[in-house]
Amino acid sequence: MSQNIQTFTSDEPIVRYKNITKSFGEHTVLKELDLDILPGEKVALIGPSGSGKTTIARLLMTLESPTSGTIEVDGEMLWHMHKRGRLISANEKHLHRVRSKIGMVFQHFNLFPHMTILRNVTEALIHVLKIPKAEANHRALEILERVGLRDHTNHYPSQLSGGQKQRVAIARALVMQPRIMLFDEVTSALDPELVGEVLDVIKAIASEGDMTMILITHEMDFARDVADRIIFTDGGVIVEQGTPAELFENPKSARLQSFLSRFMKGQPDRSADDRVAAGTE
Amino acid sequence: MWDWGYANSILPKLLEVIPTTLASAILGFILACLLGLPIALARRSSKKWIAWPVAAFSEFIRSTPLLIQLFVLVFVFPQSFNITLSPFLAGVIGLGLHYSTYLSEVYRSGIDSVPRGQWEASIALNFNKLRTWLRIVLPQSIPPTIPVMGNYLIVMFKETPTLSAITVVELLMTAKVIGSASFKYVEAFTLVGIIFLVLSYPSSLLVRALERRMKRNERRGIA
Amino acid sequence: MDWLSLDLLPPLLKGLKITLLLTVISIVVAFCFALLAGLGRLSRFAIVRAIMSTYVEIFRGTSLLIQLFWIYFALPMLLDVRLSAMTAAVIALGLNYGAYGSEVVRSSILAVPKGQIEASTALNMTPYQRMRRVIFPQAWVMMLPGFGNLQIELLKGTSLVYLITLADVTYQGMTLRSFDISRTPAILAWLLILYFIASYTLTLIVRLSERKVVKGRG
Repeated sequence: MSQNIQTFTSDEPIVRYKNITKSFGEHTVLKELDLDILPGEKVALIGPSGSGKTTIARLLMTLESPTSGTIEVDGEMLWHMHKRGRLISANEKHLHRVRSKIGMVFQHFNLFPHMTILRNVTEALIHVLKIPKAEANHRALEILERVGLRDHTNHYPSQLSGGQKQRVAIARALVMQPRIMLFDEVTSALDPELVGEVLDVIKAIASEGDMTMILITHEMDFARDVADRIIFTDGGVIVEQGTPAELFENPKSARLQSFLSRFMKGQPDRSADDRVAAGTE
Repeated sequence: MWDWGYANSILPKLLEVIPTTLASAILGFILACLLGLPIALARRSSKKWIAWPVAAFSEFIRSTPLLIQLFVLVFVFPQSFNITLSPFLAGVIGLGLHYSTYLSEVYRSGIDSVPRGQWEASIALNFNKLRTWLRIVLPQSIPPTIPVMGNYLIVMFKETPTLSAITVVELLMTAKVIGSASFKYVEAFTLVGIIFLVLSYPSSLLVRALERRMKRNERRGIA
Repeated sequence: MDWLSLDLLPPLLKGLKITLLLTVISIVVAFCFALLAGLGRLSRFAIVRAIMSTYVEIFRGTSLLIQLFWIYFALPMLLDVRLSAMTAAVIALGLNYGAYGSEVVRSSILAVPKGQIEASTALNMTPYQRMRRVIFPQAWVMMLPGFGNLQIELLKGTSLVYLITLADVTYQGMTLRSFDISRTPAILAWLLILYFIASYTLTLIVRLSERKVVKGRG
């Protein structure tokens, strides 16, 4: 699969999915998936709901464990570790170490409702990274400035609009300086008029940094703008991948063609999408 | 310590009073169910002169101990109103009255959970009030409360030892009599505890299973 | 009202002091057991879950009065120790309402949305930090109404200690009654009133603290 990418050949991949299968009971969401992602690469995952794209991100964030196969992050196993020469399931300590390289922004924000905006952003800095409070506040304010929410630091999440909440969630993940950031349908729960402000923030992050980004999205224009590579999943497998130009202008598979043609006619039914996502999570 | 032979010898005496114990719980429960509904309806009434006194009375009963209420029934009633109740009857009335205030809350939550649209549809179909209540609202509000009601039956069963204070011959009273005759409390009280556990634990498992099943059905109903 | 005469009040208030003291101490003990068992039943370790579930099922499956009698009369015989009525009462009330309280703790923790756990995982918090910083503070708010109800039940439950001769307000009332049986109605009326005032005060305190906790969260 990785031969499709011409622009990133020099580096070792920062994320490598090897033969990953994920099932929930009888239902298989990912089938023998292989996927390499290079450092600094911006990858957009598109596909119908239930196609397995969210699961790809959740496995990397350790929210879901693979049924079989391995994931490597920066040359190190994520879900497994070596002990006395044998490969065993990772313990919490191992997960904790590898997870420090990864951050995630969720569809439903998942801000902490009992903390102010400032504390939402500083909480993990102080207690996970053990950064002194003054320094943490300083960093948090800087990041909140970048997402345009400097004035809302003492508000609670319930006092913000959906777009503002999602920008706080981005700041909260960003401030931890992960090498890899996951964006899981971050605009799907927003009112249409609030989508733009969130996408602008993500675009700004993408343009300035060498951060590796994995974006799961239904916003095709956004994917085309930001991503180096588009991956189309359907039925738990990668059907097609390549540069935005290759995929959007010249889709090869019939499934991608029909998926894209539905998008040209208009946005997919969001509420139906949410229901399916909630059911599988 | 623990004397198996002795435990064996007193067990029949304890088992003998299980029917009385169960009867007081079940009769009390029936009374509580019967009294609970009118209390719930009265508290919902738009007429303040009905709703208010009933609410005050029911809050008062709920906030004071059953034990004292039982004492009122057996000590004050004969003296002040010339009504003498047998301990068993006083126990049933006390239990029933006390828990009717809890069951009224159960009814109330059941009634409140009937969607507004059902009331509006009844008005649109020009049903009268009685028909709306009997045919539309109550049939929808009572079934979901059945597991909670089952829980209260178990709670009331576990409350029956309190009746020993007014000399109802139930399990604890019997154990106390047996214990004080031989000064061997360990066997008598432990056996009573085990009997309660054996009777109430399976029932509560049953109620939990019922609850899960109803929740599943409910979810299916929405989808 | 002549029959609600005030001369009954001083001895009853003396008993009420014991009732309130017992209530407060038992609430603290019950709260500790509720947290311990509630968290224990959600533990990763099967053995901890099993022990806590057994405790909860035994104390919820039998009744308070039986537990009180067992601890006061049977336990000293088994262990060959002497327990004061007060100690026995605190143990029984604490363990009994702790078992009920554990259900409040458990269900509130389970009611915190899964996204909150996921977000704290994504921020690389340890399991302890997730509980301490994210889940418990949110669950705590949900626990308050349940705890409030249990506190009222516990207060009412203290009346049973009269049956193991602890000199609470009920005991004082029944002693007064043995002096002059004709005053029974007045004595019992006073008892009901005193219990009602105590319950109602407790309710007000709980409501006030709920409002305080919820305030500031928008």
